[in-house]
Amino acid sequence: MKCDIILAGVGGQGILSIAATIGLAAVEEGLFLKQSEVHGMSQRGGDVQSHLRISDREIHSDLIPHGGADLIISVEPMEALRYLPWLSPEGWVVTNSVPYINIPDYPDNAELMAALEDTGNTVVLDADSIARELGSPRSGNMVILGAASSFIPMPFEILEHAVQQLFSRKGKEIVDLNIQALVAGREAAATR
Amino acid sequence: MQKLLLLGDEAIAQAALDAGMSGMYAYPGTPSTEIMEYVQASPGAASGNVRREWSSNEKTAMEAALGMSYAGKRAMVAMKHVGLNVAADAFINSAVTGVNGGLVVVAADDPSMHSSQNEQDSRFYGRFAMVPVLEPRNQQEAYDMIFDAFDLSEKYRLPVLIRITTRLAHSRAAVQRREARAQNSSSLPADPRQFVLLPAIARKQYRALTGLYEKLRTDPVLSGYNRLTKGSNTKAGIITCGIAYNYLLENLRLHNDGHPVLSLAAYPVNSDLVAELVGSCDRVLVLEEGYPLIEEQLRGLLDRDVKVAGRLDGTVPRDGELNPSIVASSLGMQGSAGKEVPAIVRQRPPSFCKGCGHADVFAALAEVMKGFGPGRVFSDIGCYTLGALPPYNMVNSCVDMGASVTMAVGAADAGLFPAVAFIGDSTFTHSGMTGLLDAVIKDSPITVIISDNSTTGMTGGQQSQATGRIESICLGLGVNPDHLRVIVPLRKNNEENMAVMAEELNHHGLSVILAMRECIQTASRNKKAAAAEKNQAE
Ligand SMILES: Cc1ncc(C[n+]2csc(CCOP(=O)(O)OP(=O)(O)O)c2C)c(N)n1
Repeated sequence: MKCDIILAGVGGQGILSIAATIGLAAVEEGLFLKQSEVHGMSQRGGDVQSHLRISDREIHSDLIPHGGADLIISVEPMEALRYLPWLSPEGWVVTNSVPYINIPDYPDNAELMAALEDTGNTVVLDADSIARELGSPRSGNMVILGAASSFIPMPFEILEHAVQQLFSRKGKEIVDLNIQALVAGREAAATR
Repeated sequence: MQKLLLLGDEAIAQAALDAGMSGMYAYPGTPSTEIMEYVQASPGAASGNVRREWSSNEKTAMEAALGMSYAGKRAMVAMKHVGLNVAADAFINSAVTGVNGGLVVVAADDPSMHSSQNEQDSRFYGRFAMVPVLEPRNQQEAYDMIFDAFDLSEKYRLPVLIRITTRLAHSRAAVQRREARAQNSSSLPADPRQFVLLPAIARKQYRALTGLYEKLRTDPVLSGYNRLTKGSNTKAGIITCGIAYNYLLENLRLHNDGHPVLSLAAYPVNSDLVAELVGSCDRVLVLEEGYPLIEEQLRGLLDRDVKVAGRLDGTVPRDGELNPSIVASSLGMQGSAGKEVPAIVRQRPPSFCKGCGHADVFAALAEVMKGFGPGRVFSDIGCYTLGALPPYNMVNSCVDMGASVTMAVGAADAGLFPAVAFIGDSTFTHSGMTGLLDAVIKDSPITVIISDNSTTGMTGGQQSQATGRIESICLGLGVNPDHLRVIVPLRKNNEENMAVMAEELNHHGLSVILAMRECIQTASRNKKAAAAEKNQAE
C-alpha cells in the first residue's frame, strides 16, 4: 500500500494541520511516512504545498514524482490546479471551492470550475460554508480533510483520533468542533 | 528508545542534544532556522543548561562556538548556506587552529533558491577549509551522523561540516533516538598556543592540516558512509551524493537495470572506491544535489580519461535541485507525467501582510521619491524586500545582509543624490551597523531608513538582537542627533512621515530615519501567548 498526497493552499490557510493529522494517523497505523513542507518566504500569502507520502514499505524520496500522486487535497480551488503535473491519471482532486483572492488577475470563477471539472476525478465542495454552519469557521481545512478521507487508505476512526490528539492542547470544545468538521466533510463528499 | 517524527533540521537538533552538546549558536536563515528553534524549545536543553540564544550574525555564532570548544565543551553552529560566507573567516581559520571540544558546523543549502539569493554548495567550503564534510541522505542518518561528527571532531581536533539541503531540512520522517550521553566537562586546550595564529604558528599548523586532510580519506567512519553496491550492468555506473541517492532508489524501485551504484555521504572521498566503480564501467552518471563537485573532480582539467555524464554535459540540468522526475530522465527512463497546469492558473507571489508597517513606510517613501526620480533605493534582505514588487516597485537592490547601507555610500560617492538605504532591524544588527559607521565617518549624503518591526520577520519572527536599542546604537556610532528621526509608520501619520522623509532626503549629509512599529504577526502571536498565560493563571 502507498498513498502519495499533495497538499495545496495559500500561506496561512492551515495545510500543515491537515498534514500533521494524516501524519499522526500514519504513525498510529505503523506506516512509513515522509512529509516535505514549505517554510520561509512562501508563507506570506504565496502558494504553499506539502508532499505527504505514506506507505507500508520504506519510502526513499521526500518528493513525489510527476504523475505519481494519488490525491491532491487543496484548501483553495486555483491552487489545486497548480499541482496537476504531479497527479497520476487515476488520482483524485479534493478541493475547497472558495477562492482566496489576493492577486489582481485571479481567474474567473466559471473558468476555474470548468478547469476543475476537466480534470476528471474531482470533489469540489464549499468547505467554508460547511464549517460556518457548524459554528467553527476556522475548521474549513478539517472539512476538506474529511471530504478526502475516503481516498486515504486508513480507517476513518484513526483520522478522528489523530484530530483529537492534534487539538487536545486547545481543549475539548475545539477538539469536538474539528471532529464535527471532519465528519461533515466526509458526509458532504459522500452525498454529492 | 523512543521514535520521533522529525524534520531533518529537528533530527540534527535532537541528535546534538543527545550527543552531549553544551551550546548551540546560530542566526536564523531558511532552511536552517528550525534547528535552533527545536533546541530552544527542548525541555532537555533547558534542564541540561545548554546555551541556546540567537547570535547577531553567523560570524559571531561561529566564533562563540569556537570559544566554547576552546573551553573543552561540545558546540554546534547552524546557518543557511550564505551565512557561511559571513562566518567564513572564522570557519576557515578554525580548521587551522583546530578545536578542543567537538565542534560541528551545519550549513543548510537551498538549491533552486526557494528562499535565497543563490544556490551555492557548502561542500566546497568543506574542501576549501580542509575539514570533514558529512551529507546525510535521510533524517535518521542526519541524527546518527551528528554523533559521529562530534566524535570525528574530537578525534582529529577539527571542526566538522554537516551539509544539508532544503528537502532534507524541511521534510519529516520517523527517527530512532539513541541513549543520550553526558556533556564534556570544561578543559583548556592541551597546546596553549594552538589558537594563536601568528604566522610562525599558523604555518606549522597549516602544514599539519594539509597532511591530516589526506588522512581523512581513509578514516573508517567517513569511508563507512560511502557505499558501493555492485551491479552487473557495467554499461553505466552511477555516483550519487547525499539525498540524490533517494531519487535514484525511487526510480530503481520501479525499474532496476542493475547499475553499480556508489552512494557518497562523506568527504573527502577515498579514491579507491571511485576507482573501483569507474574502472568497471563504460561510463559514469553523477547525480549531485548542488554544484558538480564530484563530477568536476572526475573529469579533471583535461576531461578525457573517464566518460562522465552529469550537470556539465546537460544530462542533468546545470542548476536547480534534483527530484525523482529529473533523475528518471537522466537515467533515460520514461517518467510518468501528469496533466499540464491549466493556463488560467496565475502566479501567487508572497506579499506584505495586511497592516504591515513596512508597507506604510514604502507608501510614504514612494510618494516622496517621485520628486527625485527612480533607481535610488538600495535595500536589503527581509520582509521589506517585497517592496520590490507591485504596487511599490521601490527596491533597486537586494544583495547580501547589510549591503543597502554601504551600496548607498558607494553610489553617493559616485554622485547619486539622494541615495537611500532601506534596511530591517535584524539585518541592521547583523551587518548594517559597521557600514553605518563608514557613513558616519565620511558624513555620506545618504538617508538610511531602518524599518524596525522588533523582530526577525522573514524567517518566522525570531527575537531581534537589538529590539529597543536601535536608536541608542545609532547615536553611539556617531549619527548626528539632529538627523536621527523617529517615525511611526501608520497610515494616519502618512503626511507627517512624508515631510520627515523629504527633509532628510534633501539634507546633504548622513540621515537616519528610524520607522518603528511592531510586526503584526509577532504582535498577534505575543497577544495570544499573553492571553493563554492569563487563562492558565485564572
Ligand atoms: C547571511 C544571511 N543570513 C540569514 C539570511 C536569512 N534572512 C533573510 S531575511 C532575514 C531576517 C531579516 O530580518 P529584518 O531585517 O528584521 O527584517 P524583517 O524580515 O523583520 O522585515 C534573515 C534572517 C540571509 N538571507 N543571509
